[in-house]
Amino acid sequence: MKVIRISKTEWQGGLDKARTGYGLYGPVKEGQDDHAFRPLAPGEFPDMSYKNSKMSPKELVHPQSEPMFQYNLNPADPDHDIMREIAKDATAKAVIGIRPCDADAFLLVKRNFDTPIYRDPYWVTAFESFTKIGFACNQACSATAFCTSAGSGPFHDAGLDVLLVDTGESYLAKVVTDKGQHFLDVCGFSAPAADAASQIESLQKKAESTIASSVNTDKLKDQVTTELYDAPFWEEISFACINCGTCTFSCPTCWCFDIQDETKGKQGVRMRNWDSCMYPLFTLHGSGHNPRGTKVHRVRQRFMHKLKYYVDKYQDGIQCVGCGRCIRLCPVNIDIRKVCNMMNGYTACSCAVS
Amino acid sequence: MQNPYLPYPVKIDDIVVETEDKNLKTFTFVFLNPADEERFAYRSGQFAELSVTGKGEIPIGIASSPSEKGFVKFTVNKVGLVSSYLHNMQKGDIMGIRGPLGNSYPWDVLKGKNVVIIGGGFAFTTLRSSIVYMLANRQDFGKITVIYGARTPGMLLYRDELMAWEKRDDIDMHITVDGTNDPNWKYNVGFVPTITEKKAPQADDDTYAIICGPPIMIKFTQPVLDKAGYAHDHIIMSLENRMKCGIGMCGRCNVGKDFVCKDGPVFTLAQLNTMPKEY
Ligand SMILES: Cc1cc2nc3c(=O)[nH]c(=O)nc-3n(C[C@H](O)[C@H](O)[C@H](O)COP(=O)(O)OP(=O)(O)OC[C@H]3O[C@@H](n4cnc5c(N)ncnc54)[C@H](O)[C@@H]3O)c2cc1C
Ligand code: SF4
Ligand code: SF4
Ligand code: FES
Repeated sequence: MKVIRISKTEWQGGLDKARTGYGLYGPVKEGQDDHAFRPLAPGEFPDMSYKNSKMSPKELVHPQSEPMFQYNLNPADPDHDIMREIAKDATAKAVIGIRPCDADAFLLVKRNFDTPIYRDPYWVTAFESFTKIGFACNQACSATAFCTSAGSGPFHDAGLDVLLVDTGESYLAKVVTDKGQHFLDVCGFSAPAADAASQIESLQKKAESTIASSVNTDKLKDQVTTELYDAPFWEEISFACINCGTCTFSCPTCWCFDIQDETKGKQGVRMRNWDSCMYPLFTLHGSGHNPRGTKVHRVRQRFMHKLKYYVDKYQDGIQCVGCGRCIRLCPVNIDIRKVCNMMNGYTACSCAVS
Repeated sequence: MQNPYLPYPVKIDDIVVETEDKNLKTFTFVFLNPADEERFAYRSGQFAELSVTGKGEIPIGIASSPSEKGFVKFTVNKVGLVSSYLHNMQKGDIMGIRGPLGNSYPWDVLKGKNVVIIGGGFAFTTLRSSIVYMLANRQDFGKITVIYGARTPGMLLYRDELMAWEKRDDIDMHITVDGTNDPNWKYNVGFVPTITEKKAPQADDDTYAIICGPPIMIKFTQPVLDKAGYAHDHIIMSLENRMKCGIGMCGRCNVGKDFVCKDGPVFTLAQLNTMPKEY
């Protein structure tokens, strides 16, 4: 493990050097009590005092609205009615201060967008253009975080190129990939921190002990899909849900989208926009039939996707990194930890007829 | 990186009104760039996204057969935004098609086997593709039986072809209508499940049934096939969930862990039995 020590006095100067080779992104204070991931203007630096953002940084790679193609409906134009690709910005970018859970989430979502059969050029281009400089959490961001039992953790480095650890007077930069090393080189950060391993380890232990909540996921893969689907608890779980979609929009591991043509005069763009399984229109057929026509269907879909379908499809953990956003932001306090434990512990009644 | 969302530009070459209510039209497309036709190499049972520029895309089963060259055909029901606009388009208009998408009927499994095709209403599009394909490769299949029903004679798709197939002795046709006051109607009268009960061959290991139709038809046909002894892995169906991307990415068409657009739309009844009933 290679670790570099960055004293806080050289921090901003180093980032300024990086601006020549990278577009910089990072958490910036927004409103009273929130942060958002934005491009950093010249002279602007990431706010390293932030805990985490309400909205996840997924929009860096998967914007809420994004043009896919442009077209022209003017019959005089030789190209009329033909979709033209819109060039995607592939220049090098670096996001500074992303949290481990949010970086890990990109890897889960990558399985959807970067497959052996199809690659989504918009998502993949944006993803590959980013170098991710992560920022370890010295303590739980909130009482609802359960990252350590959701396959992630406050010092987790999956999906990162560099992991920064705040020791007070300096940052310890754990080099995870060559891409990360290159970024540090461009910044001119090079002081080796030979004794760092034990310091990181003790900070990590301390941080992990502050993650107060957890979920059980060990039995999810052995549950029978149709039995879980028919479990009696969905009615109760979904009862208070207002299908607002906040949980899916704020979630770093939710990716669903819609495609729409937007025309102004004779010009237009084919757009993609975030969508949500919580909305009735999501699955409504032209005929009026809707396979997920009720709230129970939709709430069940969200949890079954994250905690059963994904588990079965990829055989590698749940589609959740335990950031706790959906729990904090849900207006009616629906709690994925509780649902996960109910699903994990469910035993179908043996008297049930198939 | 190839862009799987980019439609191939096509020109509408022909439009045929199929049914007496004028709600179904068959569109024949030719590719603007001939090389795209080869890239669009497809199998019966697959679908494509028809892209009407400025309106959007709709998933439609491919009604032409891979054995027919130089064009592709789709039969479209007038339902909502995109399909209604398409119904008003003219010969010569430019639009796009994206695909082929989905898994197709299992032609490797069906090779050398008897195939019973059971269709109802306008869900006969990919079944037409399949029949034309099997007839073009007749030596590859055993007995071919077709049971196809619509409300009235005027609602049957591809009427001229149906009549031509009726005359052949290498395909067993059973056309039916729910009812008719045409005194010259010389085919069956009765619902598809009833005709299936009378005409479908007894099940055996070498006989597969493909069913496409409205949910109500499927609901009443399935017990008939059960009674005739069809194993659930010998009953093949095609699902239609709302779609956008068609390539397993936008997340809306799933039934359990499977995406209808990418893992389907074709599933055996045995597979469907293990999946939530979200279709
Ligand atoms: C695999 C597959 C094969 C199909 N084959 C045929 C066919 O051969 N002929 C035919 O007439 N119809 C077919 N359909 C149904 C057809 O896709 C819908 O009728 C059509 O999308 C309605 O679009 P609209 O814009 O007119 O309606 P609107 O209600 O205005 O729909 C808006 C959008 O919702 C989506 N949508 C709505 N209904 C459906 C639906 N049932 N399935 C998928 N997406 C939907 C589309 O993206 C559509 O653009 C098929 C559907 C699927 C999934
Ligand atoms: S945030 Fe809560 S109320 Fe809103 S859709 Fe999600 S579960 Fe339902
Ligand atoms: S499901 Fe909730 S806790 Fe899990 S990653 Fe999404 S927002 Fe975070
Ligand atoms: S249509 Fe997008 S996932 Fe199937």
